[in-house]
Amino acid sequence: MTADATPSPVGRTGGPRVRGTAYPGYVAGKLGGAAVSLLAVLVTSFFLFRLIPGDPVKFMTGGRQVSAGQLASYRREFGLDLPLWEQFTDYCGKALTGDLGTSYQFRAPVMDKITEALPNTLLLTGTSFVLYTVIGVLLGTRAAWRNGGLGDRLHTGLALTLYSIPSFWLGLLLIIVFSVGIGPVPGLFPTGGMESGGEEGFAYVLDVAHHLVLPVVTLVAVEYGQTLLITRSALLDEMGGDYLTTARAKGLRDDLVRRRHAVPNALLPTMTLVFINLGRTVAGVILVETVFSWPGLGGLFYQALSVPDLPLVQGLFFVFATAVIVMNTLADLIYPLLDPRVGR
Amino acid sequence: MDRHDQHGTEGTVLRLLAAAGAALMLTAGLATPLDPAPRRAEAKDGEQVLTVAVAQSVDSLSPFLAARLVSTSVHRLMYEYLTNYDPKDNHAVPGLATEWEPSADKLTWTYTIRDDSKWSDGKQATAEDAAWTFNKMMTDEGAATAGGSFVANFEKVTAPSPTELVIELKKPQATMAALDVPIVPRHVWEKVDDFSEFNNDKSFPVVGNGPFILTDYKADSYVRLKSNKSFWRGAPKFDELVFKYYKDGDAAVAALRKGEVSFVSGLTPAQAAALKSRQDIAVNDAPGRRFYALAVNPGARARNGKKFGDGHESLLNQKVRRALFMAVDRRTVVDKVFQGHAVEGEGYIPPRFSAYFWKPADGQRIAYDPAGAARLLDEAGYRKNGDGRRVGKNGRPITYRVLCHATDPQDKAVGKYLQEWWGELGIGVSLDCRDNVSDPWLAGEYDLAFDGWSVNPDPDFVLSIHTCAALPATPKEIGATDNFICDEKYDELYDRQLAEYDAAKRADIVKQMESRLYDTGYMNVMAYPNAVEAYRTDQIASITKMPEAAGNIYGQDGYWSWWSAAPADGGGSSDGAGQTGVIIGIVAGVVVLAGLGAFFAVRRRATAEDRE
Repeated sequence: MTADATPSPVGRTGGPRVRGTAYPGYVAGKLGGAAVSLLAVLVTSFFLFRLIPGDPVKFMTGGRQVSAGQLASYRREFGLDLPLWEQFTDYCGKALTGDLGTSYQFRAPVMDKITEALPNTLLLTGTSFVLYTVIGVLLGTRAAWRNGGLGDRLHTGLALTLYSIPSFWLGLLLIIVFSVGIGPVPGLFPTGGMESGGEEGFAYVLDVAHHLVLPVVTLVAVEYGQTLLITRSALLDEMGGDYLTTARAKGLRDDLVRRRHAVPNALLPTMTLVFINLGRTVAGVILVETVFSWPGLGGLFYQALSVPDLPLVQGLFFVFATAVIVMNTLADLIYPLLDPRVGR
Repeated sequence: MDRHDQHGTEGTVLRLLAAAGAALMLTAGLATPLDPAPRRAEAKDGEQVLTVAVAQSVDSLSPFLAARLVSTSVHRLMYEYLTNYDPKDNHAVPGLATEWEPSADKLTWTYTIRDDSKWSDGKQATAEDAAWTFNKMMTDEGAATAGGSFVANFEKVTAPSPTELVIELKKPQATMAALDVPIVPRHVWEKVDDFSEFNNDKSFPVVGNGPFILTDYKADSYVRLKSNKSFWRGAPKFDELVFKYYKDGDAAVAALRKGEVSFVSGLTPAQAAALKSRQDIAVNDAPGRRFYALAVNPGARARNGKKFGDGHESLLNQKVRRALFMAVDRRTVVDKVFQGHAVEGEGYIPPRFSAYFWKPADGQRIAYDPAGAARLLDEAGYRKNGDGRRVGKNGRPITYRVLCHATDPQDKAVGKYLQEWWGELGIGVSLDCRDNVSDPWLAGEYDLAFDGWSVNPDPDFVLSIHTCAALPATPKEIGATDNFICDEKYDELYDRQLAEYDAAKRADIVKQMESRLYDTGYMNVMAYPNAVEAYRTDQIASITKMPEAAGNIYGQDGYWSWWSAAPADGGGSSDGAGQTGVIIGIVAGVVVLAGLGAFFAVRRRATAEDRE
C-alpha cells in the first residue's frame, strides 16, 4: 500500500518474502513461542499463588463454628491434604481437559464462574477499547499533523490530564454529577450495576446500554490519552520523511498525504499498543468495576485473591495470561502484513 | 491548505463530540423512561419494591453451604427455622416450632411443629421436613458444611407425627432453642445428588416457607425475592425485596441519595455525617453485635500438650497484662478512632444482648490509669533500664509484636495509640499489619492481636472458642480456638452453662465466665462498634429494629426488619414532575444534536468533492 512512496532499501523483495518461504517459518516460530509461554503460565500459576500467605480453609471458616473434623474434611475435599506434587499433576491433568477445578468459596466449577463474568467484562472493556482506540488514533493523528498548534496543545494537554486521573475518582465524580445529579444537571444514569433486573428482550439491551454509559466514559477518558500520545509521536517521527515531500510534490492534497502515506507508516507502534490493550481487556478493570459495581472478572479476581481461592485464582490467571499471549502472538503475525520490513 | 486543514481538525473533533454526545444522550433519553430504578419504592406495575444495597458476594444459596452474612440473611427470609429471636430482647420465640420441651433427663427435646406453614408450592411443611433436614446434615458430609456443628451433639432425630419432632442428644445442650438451621422441603431437596456442589441458584422460584420467596438471582448483580402472601405470621408489606450490589460504599451512598436504593448499611463516620443533614434520609447509629478487643497470646499449645509459637514470656504474667490494658484509654478509642460510633468496652458480650451482658464492678474494673500501670509493671519485675525502656527477663528491652488487619483502618489507628501509650510505659510496639493474619495467628507467632467477633443471641459459640477443647489436637492441626486460651475454671463454667436449661441460671453462669475472662486478661474488649446504616424515609415509613428500642436493621437474627418494613405512601411525588423535566430536556438535547449532526453531514457532503 505504500510501495509507490516508500523508498524501501530492499526494493520489491519485501512483499514476496512475506508470502514466500520466510513467513511460514516466522509464523511457526511465533506460535511455538506462544505455546511455550502458555505452558510456563500453566506451571507458574500453580506455584505462584501457593506463595500467598494464608490458609484458605481457615479464611473460609473464619467466624463460624467448625469442628476440627470439619476442617479436615474441607482439606480433603479441596485436595489440600495431598502432597504438593500430587496436587500439581492433578491440576495439570485436569487443566489440559479444560477443567480448572472447583472454586473453594463459591462451590462452583471455576470455568462456570469465569464464563459467567467474562461476557460482562468484555462488554465493558471491549466497548471502551473500540472507543478509546478510535478516538486516540484520530486525535493523535490530528495533533501530530498540527504539531505545536492550538489543537495539538489542547488535545495533548487534556489527554495527559485525563490519563493521570485515577479512574475510581473520575468514576465517582461522574456518578455524583450524572447519576445523582447536581444543580441543573439531572440524574441521567444508574449509579451502578449492569442491569436493573427483570427486563427482557430489547428493553434489556437498552437497560444494559444505559448502565454501560458511565463506566465506558470513565474508561475511555482515562485510556485514550495513551493511544493519542503513541500515535502522535509515531506520526511525528514519520513527518520528516522524504516520501511525504514526494507525495506533496505530486500535488496530493494534505489530507491525502496524511491518510494514505504518513499514517499507515506510523501505525506500527499504535498497533503494538492496540494489541497489548486488547489482551488486557480480558483481565477486566478492577477499580472501574468496583466503583460501578460491574459484575466482571476484575472483581472476581480480587475476591479470589483475598481467600486465597486457589483454583479460581489459578484459573483466572491462566485465562488472563492466555489472552495476552494470544493477542501478542496475533500482533506478531500481523506485523509482517502491515510492514514487510518486520520478520525479515 | 492551512485553512482547510484547520477546519478539518475542528470538524472531526466536533463530529466526534456530537456523535459521542448523541450516543450518550440517546442512550440516556431512550433508557430513562424505561429506567425501573425506584425513585419511589415502587415499580412500573404499582408494586411496592424495597431495594437494599449490599456489597458482599453470595457464597452459595444452598442453606447447607452458605456461611456469609448476606447468604444466611437471605436464607432467613426464604426458610423458617425451628425458632426465631424476639426483636425486643432476643429471647427464643416460635418459628416453625410453636413449642419445645426437654425431657427430665435433659437428653430428649420435643418440638411441636406448626400446622399453618405451607411451602410455596402448596404442600404442607411438616416435622418430617425438619427431621429430614437434620438427618441429612448428620449423615452427609457435604450437607454438614455450613451447620455441621449444630448437629454434632445429636444422637437421633425423628418425626413421630407431622407436628412432632424429637431430637435425642448425646449430652445435654442448652442451645436447643437457638438452632440456626433453615428447614428445607424434603420433597424438593431429596432430589439433590451432591450437596457439596448444589448451590440452589439455577431454577426459580425456589420453594420455601419464609416471609419471602426467592425469584431470581444473578451473581454480584442482584437477589430478588417476592413476598410470601401465605406466610403464617402474615405477608410482608412490601411486594418485592431486592438486594442490589454496590461494591463501592460511596457509590451505594450516591444510590441512596438518588433514591435508587432504600437502604444502605456499613456507613463510615464521614458518610453518616454527610447523610444526617438530609430530610428524606434517616441515619441509624445502632449498637452493634461485635466486640473489638485486644487479644493476648497466652502461649500457643495443642491439646496433646505440645507448645508452639513464640509469644512474649512477659505476657504470661497477669500483672503485665493488667498493666497494659490499664494504659489503654478506651474513651479515646471510641471518640477518636470510631468517631463516636461505638460504645466503650467492658465485658465480653455487647450490651445489646441484655440477658448476657456483664460489666465489671467498681473494684474489679480496670480503669485507665497510666501511672498505676507503670507501678504494676515495676511490681511485676519489669523495670526500666537506663534508656527508659522496660526490659524482659532476658535483659532485652520489651517490644511487643501486635498483629493487625491491613484492611482495617481502625486496627492501624489504635495501633498508633498503643505505640504512644505503651511507649510512655517504656514498652515498644511493632505493628504487624497484614492482609491475611491467619498464618502468624494460627502458628501463635505474635504477642498481641486485634480481635473481634459478632455475637449471636445465644452466646455459646463465642464462649466455646476460649475453651481447652477448642485447642488444635496437635500443633499441625487447626482448632476452633480463638487465641489459645485454656483455663480450667472457665472450662468448668462453660460445661455448666451448656447443661443448664434454666435461662436465668444459665445467664448467671455466662456472666461468671465473662468475669473470669476479664480477670485473666487474655481478651480485653476495648469497644463495641456501632452498626451505622441509613434508609430513605420517603420510601420506608417504618421498620423494626433489633433490639426494637435501638438496634440495627441489616443482618438481624431474624427476618424482622424486611418482614415488618412498611412502604411510605405518596413519597417522592415531586419526582414525577422532575422526570418530566428530564425527558423534555433530553428530547430538546436530542433535537439540537440531530440538527447539528445533519448540518455537519450536509457540510461534509458539500466539501467531499473538494477534498478528494
